[in-house]
Amino acid sequence: MAEHKKLRVVHYLNQFFGQIGGEDMAGVAPLVKEGPVGPGLALAGALGEAGEVVATVICGDNYAGDNLEKAVPEILELIRQQKPDALVAGPAFNAGRYGIACGAVGQAAARELGIPVVTGMYQENPGVELYRKDLYIIATEDSARGMRGAIPKMAALLLKLARGEEIGSPEAEGYLPRGIRRNRFAAENGAARAVEMLVAKLKGEAFTTELPMPDFDRVPPNPPVRDLRSATIALVTSGGIVPKGNPDRIESSSASKFGKYSLEGLTDLTSDTHQTAHGGYDPVYANGDPDRVLPLDVARELEAEGVFGKLHPYHYATVGNGTSVANAARYGAAIAADLKEAGVDAVILTST
Amino acid sequence: MRLELGRIRITDVQFGDQTRVTGGTLFINQGELKDLLEEDPDIARVELDLAKPGEDVRIIPVKDVIEPRVKVQGPGGVFPGFISKVDTVGSGRTHVLDGVAVVTTGKIVGFQEGIIDMGGPGAAYSPFSQTLNVVVKITPVEGLPQHKHEQAVRLAGLKAAAYLGNAGRELEPDQLEVYELGSYLENAAAFPGLPKVVYLYMLQSQGLLHDTYVYGVDAKKILPSLISPTEIMDGAIVSGNCVSACDKNTTYHHQNNPVIAQLFQRHGRDLCFLGVVITNENVTLADKERSSSYAAKLVKMIGAEGAIITEEGFGNPDTDLMMNCRKLEELGVKTVLITDEYAGRDGASQSLADAVPQANAVVSAGNANEMITLPPCGKVIGDLEAAEVIAGGFAGALAPDGSLRVEIQAITGSTCELGFSKLRGDGF
Repeated sequence: MAEHKKLRVVHYLNQFFGQIGGEDMAGVAPLVKEGPVGPGLALAGALGEAGEVVATVICGDNYAGDNLEKAVPEILELIRQQKPDALVAGPAFNAGRYGIACGAVGQAAARELGIPVVTGMYQENPGVELYRKDLYIIATEDSARGMRGAIPKMAALLLKLARGEEIGSPEAEGYLPRGIRRNRFAAENGAARAVEMLVAKLKGEAFTTELPMPDFDRVPPNPPVRDLRSATIALVTSGGIVPKGNPDRIESSSASKFGKYSLEGLTDLTSDTHQTAHGGYDPVYANGDPDRVLPLDVARELEAEGVFGKLHPYHYATVGNGTSVANAARYGAAIAADLKEAGVDAVILTST
Repeated sequence: MRLELGRIRITDVQFGDQTRVTGGTLFINQGELKDLLEEDPDIARVELDLAKPGEDVRIIPVKDVIEPRVKVQGPGGVFPGFISKVDTVGSGRTHVLDGVAVVTTGKIVGFQEGIIDMGGPGAAYSPFSQTLNVVVKITPVEGLPQHKHEQAVRLAGLKAAAYLGNAGRELEPDQLEVYELGSYLENAAAFPGLPKVVYLYMLQSQGLLHDTYVYGVDAKKILPSLISPTEIMDGAIVSGNCVSACDKNTTYHHQNNPVIAQLFQRHGRDLCFLGVVITNENVTLADKERSSSYAAKLVKMIGAEGAIITEEGFGNPDTDLMMNCRKLEELGVKTVLITDEYAGRDGASQSLADAVPQANAVVSAGNANEMITLPPCGKVIGDLEAAEVIAGGFAGALAPDGSLRVEIQAITGSTCELGFSKLRGDGF
């Protein structure tokens, strides 16, 4: 058996934990110290024979916080020079600037160096919301009192990540849920779990929901178009209307893309020119006359009558069926950017 | 109402000269069943096949699954409004061919039909990988429009299940279960110290191949109603759905609703099960508001303190689920919801299309977007090419060797929102 190579771990700290100084030293630029510093000693102890804290990279809270975009590449370069196998950042507890720096540095190291990263924060640290999806953040207390509890969990999780072992639940490993949903087989069926949960809820006993509700974006509507007569209008649909044959092969459900299609020279969509790719409804009527979902015929009439200025020469289409909210938001942002660049004033957005 | 459910345990199914059950084996007269189903002028041809647990068999695209049952005592017959007249069912005695399922397949009707693998990794995800399946492959007449095609397949499945169920008419069941609920007043008086619980049962009714029938009535057209759980066991609720296979409540699921089973099990012990309110999932806002208000009112009127709410489908009906939850909680009725999730293939997206803060007790039947590779099967019943167009599949899903890379969305019953299965979603 090959001997386990000792993991080269770099530790990122702020000026305070890096023993440079307090708030008066918060402007200090990134620097490297050899070996562990401050909490790094406990980290080295927790890693034991499995890993070694080869260097500590330290940066002042203000230096990082005032210009994250400049500071992160500088910090990353110092980390890179150590040829690390893994990075530990913090823990930052409830320190906001420090938490954001740990998150940003950790995210950059994970992305650009491809190494496992663990950090630690109190659940209300602003760095949590920003980076929980990208990083494993061990849940800590709100102050340095929690150092003793946090470090062993951070070390244990880091070693698991470095060895490619399966990562357990947030409760088991001590990290803050990243908002990633995964499936497993439970001991009881869903109905039994539901009735059990209801019995507990009715008795006023503790119960744990299996799906915490998200905070939904509410998008305020834009003000009405001032002068329709000079406005450029575009047609966008999640109803899946695509040129016949579905050239981009947009999926009938869980669409992985949207399409942009020319309307140049077209005044009417027919079953010969267009179809729906959508799998969430009976396609007979949409295929029979695709204008029913993407109203090009009426739009052309109104354009000819001068009700609005002109129709944007492309339409955009995706399939809004089982498509994840994150993907839908991404397609929406991309379509909107394209429309803005083309000087479109308003959009008629149709579903199914 | 009191219903005795007599279970006749079936351990094997074979084709034979006469349709009958002998020594736990169901023999099927293939010609007789084929002739019966081919009576429908919309059907050109019927082929029958058998698929058993553990076999190297894939059934695709699966339309509906139905359990063979027969009414042996009491008014009415199974599947009222379709196979039988519309007398009120749910009392007397019904026999079940336990372990057998009719599975309908054939040319794809819509996009949203499913896969059942009898063996391999996919078998863990469908309850119908564990049943003895009588597969009815239906070829419609040329040019039949989709809604007529759906209807022909639906009726053929029900007919086949009733035909097979009839083989259990004269037999002595292996197990007899008794389900009985008194009137709301009697029931409440019998268990004064227990919390009163109602099951709010949402039926898919978005239309355009997303339909459910109650005593033959399209559920879009109902106001929320009270129904006895035993009526549902007799097939009063029938699926006509082409929603995604993972969270389609097949007719089999309705006949064997696990929430009803659980509430009966804990009735008189931890809770007092008052009964079931059915409601729909229509697409217009006015319909959603009306149905959710009406359903919440009914649940409250009959005295419930708690309610389980189940959904069918996803996306648009998430709104109905949340309206039902919010309105019940506002009336002081504590709720638990069962739903599934569409959190993306990486599990990182928001799971539902709608949410309310009152939904603080939710059971997740799993993330339907999670990917699975289904290795090639020795035998395919149906049409494997359908994998590229069904919901959860995609272009390129079908590899040249016959293996499939799909979302579990494509597997029949994988994330059933009645809580039929053990799969669950979890936060990481």
